[in-house]
Amino acid sequence: MNQHIKANRRQFLQGSAALGLVVGFHLPVGKRALAETAGEFAPNAFVRIAPDNTVTVICKHIEFGQGPYTGVATILADELDADWAQMHVESAPANAKLYNNFAFGEVQGTGGSTAMANSWDQLRTAGAEARARLVAAAAKEWDVDPAGITIDKGVLNHASGKQATFGELASAAQQVEIKGPFTPKDPSQWKFIGKQRHKVDTRAKTDGSAVFTIDVKLPDMLTCVIARPTRFHAKVKSFDAKDALAIPGVKEVFAVPQGVAVLAEGYWPAKKGAAAVKVEWDETGTEARSTEALVKEYVDLAQTQGKPARNDGDADAAISSAAKVVEATYVFPYLAHAPMEPGNCVIQRTADGGVELIYGSQIQTIDQGAAAAVLGLKPEQVTIKTLLAGGSFGRRATPNGEIAAEAAEVLKAAKHQGPIKVQWTREDDIKGGRYRPVFVHKLRGGVDTEGNITGWDQVIVGQSFMIGSPFEPFMLKDGVDQTMVEGASTLPYQIPNLRVSAHIADVGVPTLWWRAVGSTHTAFSTETFLDQLAEAAGVDALEIRRKLLSKHPRHLGVLELAAEKAGWGQPVPEGRARGLAVHESFSSFVAHVVDVSMGSDGMPKIERVVAAADCGIAINPDVIKAQLEGGLGFGLSAALFGAIDLDDGRVVQSNFDDYRVLRIDEMPDVEVHIVPSKEKPTGIGEPGVPPIAPAIANAWSKLTGQRVYTLPVSRSATKA
Amino acid sequence: MTKLTVNGTQVEFDGDPDMPLLWFLRDVQGLTGTKFGCGIAQCGACTVHVNGEARRSCVTPISTLDGADVVTIEGAAGKEVDAVRSAWIELDVPQCGYCQSGQIMSAVGLLSMNPKPTNEDIDLAMTGNICRCCTYHRIRAAIHDAAGRMEG
Repeated sequence: MNQHIKANRRQFLQGSAALGLVVGFHLPVGKRALAETAGEFAPNAFVRIAPDNTVTVICKHIEFGQGPYTGVATILADELDADWAQMHVESAPANAKLYNNFAFGEVQGTGGSTAMANSWDQLRTAGAEARARLVAAAAKEWDVDPAGITIDKGVLNHASGKQATFGELASAAQQVEIKGPFTPKDPSQWKFIGKQRHKVDTRAKTDGSAVFTIDVKLPDMLTCVIARPTRFHAKVKSFDAKDALAIPGVKEVFAVPQGVAVLAEGYWPAKKGAAAVKVEWDETGTEARSTEALVKEYVDLAQTQGKPARNDGDADAAISSAAKVVEATYVFPYLAHAPMEPGNCVIQRTADGGVELIYGSQIQTIDQGAAAAVLGLKPEQVTIKTLLAGGSFGRRATPNGEIAAEAAEVLKAAKHQGPIKVQWTREDDIKGGRYRPVFVHKLRGGVDTEGNITGWDQVIVGQSFMIGSPFEPFMLKDGVDQTMVEGASTLPYQIPNLRVSAHIADVGVPTLWWRAVGSTHTAFSTETFLDQLAEAAGVDALEIRRKLLSKHPRHLGVLELAAEKAGWGQPVPEGRARGLAVHESFSSFVAHVVDVSMGSDGMPKIERVVAAADCGIAINPDVIKAQLEGGLGFGLSAALFGAIDLDDGRVVQSNFDDYRVLRIDEMPDVEVHIVPSKEKPTGIGEPGVPPIAPAIANAWSKLTGQRVYTLPVSRSATKA
Repeated sequence: MTKLTVNGTQVEFDGDPDMPLLWFLRDVQGLTGTKFGCGIAQCGACTVHVNGEARRSCVTPISTLDGADVVTIEGAAGKEVDAVRSAWIELDVPQCGYCQSGQIMSAVGLLSMNPKPTNEDIDLAMTGNICRCCTYHRIRAAIHDAAGRMEG
């Protein structure tokens, strides 16, 4: 099977070993993607069929592991009845008019697990249009009724014996004008949706040929590493570049708002140069608190009510009259995303006075605007070629386009006129902020004499990364940042008196969404606290959820499936305990049932995870499985070890030696089940993350009698 | 002057003797399949084979490699490589894909020494390779699959 991706680029070998890169892209014209060569069929902005019989799908979502390239190819292949081997995927240029994410309004970007949800109807219609025009072209050429034409594996057939490939009809189809509406296939006719197993980008990711930003090489390109301050938002007061400039290969040293930029012939001299620059920083007004002090302040603040996010009934009255009252305070650390590819961006001037950015852009429209603002250009003078990225987990989606802006600042200040690749070190990544914020949750709950949960009161304290961003008008409701409370304010459990409120703390540490956003902490506090209330009520963890979720069939569906497959209620092997959690995020539903034992280091050892998910129609079931496997690994990593600390406002951790992440020997056995569904597809990139940590904590408390109130677990588990 | 073999071709380098092999491969030789992840031998994204053994190229100074035989993901070949690559494709192991060159080079290193590894052997050999997408579950399965392919 031919499984390669084109992604707007071609590679060729220069000489014996040098791998070069030719960058070519397609400028959309009107509503159509410009045909690359004469004879191409480009019915709309999402599909091109070439005379060589390749079908290219234009993907508006960045591919950094969650599988949108395969998803869009699957949808189009089905509408066209194509042969999987002829499918190719290319990333869309920055053009918000054609490629906006419906979930973001007029903004092109990837995030919030929206890729399949917002491509589904758009691409099925785009495919149906392409199909109808191919059929019409064949009918005209063969002088037959279009209703008598069928398509099988990319070949159009007629009972008369006439046959033609897509490629043979491309030129004629381009000339056909037919009016819509174009109706997508009936689900009973799907050949790829729900079935296609292999991904389009796997092969290139097994032979080193997949091109990431770090791999881009352009003639006359220099690499830039920036010497950065150790306090957030500190500025360069003065610097001495003498030692840096003495390093062979270092070309230029200059100040930018982010620090002192060193341009060199390649990464190694640039990195050496950045280490050799002597910088005096102006730290006036920078954040100087430690995380310990922040947490203390947050815990105090959590004793008082914040701005209301939800208020059903009378939580105070219910709790004060309850037979049993349970209270808990939870502490969540800063978390770095730490994607495998440290941040980077290639920027170059274009012949028409604009610039081109070549990199893994996650919110193209914002990045375009940010680079344009730095350079005094119009946004449309900034073109973006989006490459694969080596993970992101939210890190590349900055609401101020800071990765693009930084590259633009370097280009603006440099004497060098050729292309520049700004490359972060791992230390730049770990120490660079944009963390999942520290949060403190204070919960109180009441249980009556019959074992009913009568009251629930939750106060959430943390930073908002939405305030001051372009997303503020959508994400702040009555002074409450919805990304801070989602998962808690949307608690599905039927509890008559329920209040959730939030305090927004003002801290000078840059923060950001981190895979699954608010649910990374709200799923933990709500699902472990519910278990605590269940214990107080003397009810089994599954039973209490069944009782409280009677109006939420999709929550119940995943919970029952995971519980059944894991054998909930059956004896657990000696030395192990079992826990569960269920959570909805991004309109998808995931339940985890886990078995844990005591590890030799006193930490939980995760023996087995059974996961169940409902994300609507499963376009690529194996991609969904992979996201659930990886998502729970990502959540497990943070739950066990993840933490960024500040001492005197300076980040303590620096690299993977002290910012510990999950390794293969810590990855449990995983079993994934998908609930069959006829609902429209929803996301799966993030929803697999939230339930794992509370499921483990719930199992751990059964095993050890100790509740987990502070993450990561490595800070609260008893060391043997 | 350092003389070494990269993917079967004799090459020379007389620049900075401290330059790690990783950057010699990527920036001088243009072999970008080998990735930079940490620079301190903690993540394994830079794994290549030096004289037949898996090595972290990000902490291996070029000057220590005079006469060495270096193989990268681009030049890797042989029955272990074929088996690993086929298994990786069959099980669709990669997600973002960035760490996978290093994962594959480590897996090939393991299978060339131990053609029938247990889960424990795999965990031990692969623990130096971080995958932030956490494809570990499939990596384990793919190494067993590759071992089966080598037998068959």
